[in-house]
Amino acid sequence: MPLAETLTSVPVVVDDDKCIASKGCTVCVDVCPLDVLRIVDLSDGTKSARMVYDECWYCMPCQADCPTSAVTVSIPYLLK
Amino acid sequence: MDDIKQGSSQIECDVLVLGGGTAGPMAALKAKKQNPKANVVLLEKANVKRSGAICMGMDGLNNAVIPGYATPEQYTKEITIANDGIVDQEAVYRYAAGCYEIIEELDRFGIRFQKDQNGEYDVKKVHHIGTYVLPMPNGDTVKKALYRQLRKARINISNRYMATRLLKGEDRIAGAICVNTRTAEFLTIKAKSVIMCMGAAGRLGLPSSGYLYGTYENPVNSGDGYAMAYHAGADLANLECFQINPLIKDYNGPACAYVAGPLGGYTANGDGDRFIECDYWSGQMMQEFYDELQSGKGPVFLKLNHLADETVAEIERTLHIVERPSRGLFHEGRGTDYRKQMIEMHISEIGFCSGHSASGVYVDENARTSVQGLYAAGDMANVPHNYMLGAFTNGGYAGLDAAQYSADVDFARFDEEQIEIEKARVLAPTKRSDGLPPNQIEYKIRRLVNDYLQPPKVTRKIELGLARFAEAREDLEQSMMVSNSHELMRALEVASVMDCAEMAAHASLYRKESRWGLYHNRVEYAGKNDEEWFCHTLLSKSDSGEYSLRKQDVKPYIVDIEEHERDAYEHQRVKSEPAVAAASTL
Repeated sequence: MPLAETLTSVPVVVDDDKCIASKGCTVCVDVCPLDVLRIVDLSDGTKSARMVYDECWYCMPCQADCPTSAVTVSIPYLLK
Repeated sequence: MDDIKQGSSQIECDVLVLGGGTAGPMAALKAKKQNPKANVVLLEKANVKRSGAICMGMDGLNNAVIPGYATPEQYTKEITIANDGIVDQEAVYRYAAGCYEIIEELDRFGIRFQKDQNGEYDVKKVHHIGTYVLPMPNGDTVKKALYRQLRKARINISNRYMATRLLKGEDRIAGAICVNTRTAEFLTIKAKSVIMCMGAAGRLGLPSSGYLYGTYENPVNSGDGYAMAYHAGADLANLECFQINPLIKDYNGPACAYVAGPLGGYTANGDGDRFIECDYWSGQMMQEFYDELQSGKGPVFLKLNHLADETVAEIERTLHIVERPSRGLFHEGRGTDYRKQMIEMHISEIGFCSGHSASGVYVDENARTSVQGLYAAGDMANVPHNYMLGAFTNGGYAGLDAAQYSADVDFARFDEEQIEIEKARVLAPTKRSDGLPPNQIEYKIRRLVNDYLQPPKVTRKIELGLARFAEAREDLEQSMMVSNSHELMRALEVASVMDCAEMAAHASLYRKESRWGLYHNRVEYAGKNDEEWFCHTLLSKSDSGEYSLRKQDVKPYIVDIEEHERDAYEHQRVKSEPAVAAASTL
């Protein structure tokens, strides 16, 4: 069967102004038990963290361990 | 991103620990302590820093046997009764006798436990009979404290490697095959002993929210350990004794009557009335919970709004910091204030987890499985109701025994063909350019689990479920496709979910009685039938690769249970006042 691309709203939000991924920080990516975060290139040439897989347990290590408080976890839409 | 790379390497070690959550780190530490020369490898699918069921810590010990408050005899008795008698007491007793030492050790690691004004442990009563619940004021630090110890002990940690199958040779354990979750490269680890600490089967049922990852358990615990043990020929015990828990509806995390109970909170029905005498999680309690949900007095709530402000604040301080700290956020979104409203509760999806029930890989008091050199501890081993402290304590016992065992044996020779067969199985979804993605197959399997396996269990429904599972299995084996290594990890997890679903169905069909309250409520076989079913049921893989089931005697008790004590957990419902009872008949 053919595959579709369906949009999904994800609960982890990263503040690009605070995120220090450009300096090599990968803390949130490292601590996520589900491994859903990645460092991505932004259009202005800097880097930031993003939730790229919709597989969140809203468990909070990414938010709790972020050294610059750039990460905010909200409750996934389906259950909030 | 997450490109699939070709690659394969091989290492060897004395003790291989699979899973870096709770039991795993303690197993690795104890193995290294027992034999400092041993090469101990701790393998983790995520990152040991924040992995497993307690990635954000824990609010307390739910089963602490502390001298002066409880004895190992009392605890063994309580768990035997709570688990309807189907208990090999030696493992429970050994846990109970050894857990205080582990508490002291955790204390030395920097994890504090609540003490009263006299400096004594402030143990609370939550269980039906005894007193075993000990709050942890800095329970958010558990994983960090463990990680420090692992670094200090120079344990070799391999993060982002997922074990997929065990290797066997000479009729004993020979190691494990693993896949990197970021690159899909293979790692074969030859090991003299393997300790499986791979957590619950938490992605078995589908949560009522419909969100695949909105599970009670950390969804990373997808039942891989159960599936691997099965394929290695190990016995799995009492899988029909499902885990079903009372939770905050939709959020699907614990309402935490264990925290709120000792401070005056309780589980109430729609009228705000208490209907169960004891909030300790047991199958019998869950049956009452289920009955209340179905009755005109449902749904069920956690009631705190009768408590003083400062008491509620104290409860919030604990519940919103540890274990599932996003609870506060959830309530905020719904506008629920503990001081004003009761908190709506519901029952969880089904799963396997001995941490709260009893389903697991069959182990003895040394955490040995039925396969030589293979150990299991924590949520996936069948020591009933063992919670976090059981994972630590039994993980420790596994580490000690595995280190001793490994000192006396050489590596088992094994047929290299096992590796090639497994590589072909693992990589199959990467070879397809058209097919079904793992998330859709997973959704379907888990929706079918809800439709056909969720208690009350009906024979015809379970049989229909098995027929639907067979169709899903064909999709999984013939059509599942992935585009990167992350999806490949999920695909492998879905294969574990599939195995667990079929095991749950077969085990449920086999035990033709009802036991453990709601956990194994077989509608056509009401009530316990001790004559025929006072036994373990063991599931294993037959020589022809089929699910095979047999009975095994419960080992003779070492702590006697008096006749009048046996049914203590069957009296969960609050007795209604005669006047009220009379009024309700009008």
